Amino acid sequence: MFDEKVIAMILEGIRDTLYMTLVSTFIGYVLGLPLGIVLNVTRDEGLKPNKIIYRILDFICNIIRSVPFLILLILLIPFTRLIVGKSYGSTATIVPLVICAAPYIARVVESSLNEVDAGVIEAAKAMGANNFQIITKVLLVEGKTSLLTGVTITTGLLLGYSAMSGTVGGGGLGDIAVRYGYYRWQTDIMVVTVILLIVIFQIIQNIGSRIASALDHRKR
Amino acid sequence: MSEVLKIENIYKRFDELVVLEDVSLSVNVGEVIVIIGPSGCGKSTFLRCLNGLEEIQEGKVILDGEVINPVSKSTIKSREKLGMVFQNYDLFPHKTILQNLTLAPGVVQKRKRTETEEEAVNLLKRVGLENKKDNFPRQLSGGQKQRTAIARALIMHPEVLLLDEITAALDPEMVREVLQVVLDLAKEGRTMVIVTHEMEFAKAVADRIIFMDGGKIIEEGKPEDFFKAPKTERAQKFLQSFSY
Repeated sequence: MFDEKVIAMILEGIRDTLYMTLVSTFIGYVLGLPLGIVLNVTRDEGLKPNKIIYRILDFICNIIRSVPFLILLILLIPFTRLIVGKSYGSTATIVPLVICAAPYIARVVESSLNEVDAGVIEAAKAMGANNFQIITKVLLVEGKTSLLTGVTITTGLLLGYSAMSGTVGGGGLGDIAVRYGYYRWQTDIMVVTVILLIVIFQIIQNIGSRIASALDHRKR
Repeated sequence: MSEVLKIENIYKRFDELVVLEDVSLSVNVGEVIVIIGPSGCGKSTFLRCLNGLEEIQEGKVILDGEVINPVSKSTIKSREKLGMVFQNYDLFPHKTILQNLTLAPGVVQKRKRTETEEEAVNLLKRVGLENKKDNFPRQLSGGQKQRTAIARALIMHPEVLLLDEITAALDPEMVREVLQVVLDLAKEGRTMVIVTHEMEFAKAVADRIIFMDGGKIIEEGKPEDFFKAPKTERAQKFLQSFSY
């Protein structure tokens, strides 16, 4: 039953899952990191408070985050087709994953940066640093441990979501689990894919935690 | 004596609450001014108005002939001329002691790393912390952190040092090591504006004592006169609260 074909398929599934998860995390951060910085900077206690900008971004983030991913996946099909050319497969799945992840990442980044001690930022201000210098040399540096924890959490979340996209032909391990486990009652293949997802999740979590604690100079 | 910092009739309000009311002061080069007064009298707020960390509603703070508060674009650049040390040290926790010193001169003043590192080591030597240069702030005692913070302010070559209750968060046995550094700076002729609750230290270091209460300067004078015979009733009462 676990013949070469199945093994090849599972290997491909692992590759697709990693591809979707990592690429969407990366692009998610390209969009979400600046967004999170703007949220942090424009909040009332931020470096450059701006109620209007904050409220608009805050609203957009909340709207997207309140749509369940599975619905988002379907809602975005025309948009995905426009960008990728097709609505199924792992590359196509990256589009809704990114749209879903970016506002989530923005929130995670915002809260990481909010944790940076206000006194330290004030000290940087008192030394004559401008806002850009404070963001790049103080905020992002002092928030790095928490930011990295955020990356780990986000990657884990997107791993799960990428599997969910299997229900609509997204590719990857989730796709295999749905096709074989749900439609064909081949429980063994489903169990294997689930175990693999757990293993991948553990590896990501482990690497993330290790890097974060290696970078943390605050506690013993 | 030439004047470096001039505060003209400043008012600071938080909504309805008036924190500073018509405060004026001029600071001369080489002068050490110590501001004392009861908690909540506005002395820390006043100090924070001097480099624009708090915006004022009326009046002006002028540094070297340039308006630094009300805050404008030029305030940011002017701030490097005013070194500030805070009650809670506010060192960068993810940077080593050496990096804590070299960050601002590198980023703000665009000075070369080799030069700032050399100066940082010399400054750390001065405050007795050269062997801590590769440690992180969490590995230092409160007194050591505060001495680092002073060195971090000095490396910017400020014209005036602003010290905001720098011993208030320290364990009693560490107060002296920090104040000794400040006394040495005073001897060198550094211009300083100091907010403190340490009366003996104020007496020893000040050229001029400013006594504040209720957001106003109530009395000012030479330390020997002020502590021996305060003129106002409020100052008398305040000083009495320190004797048992």
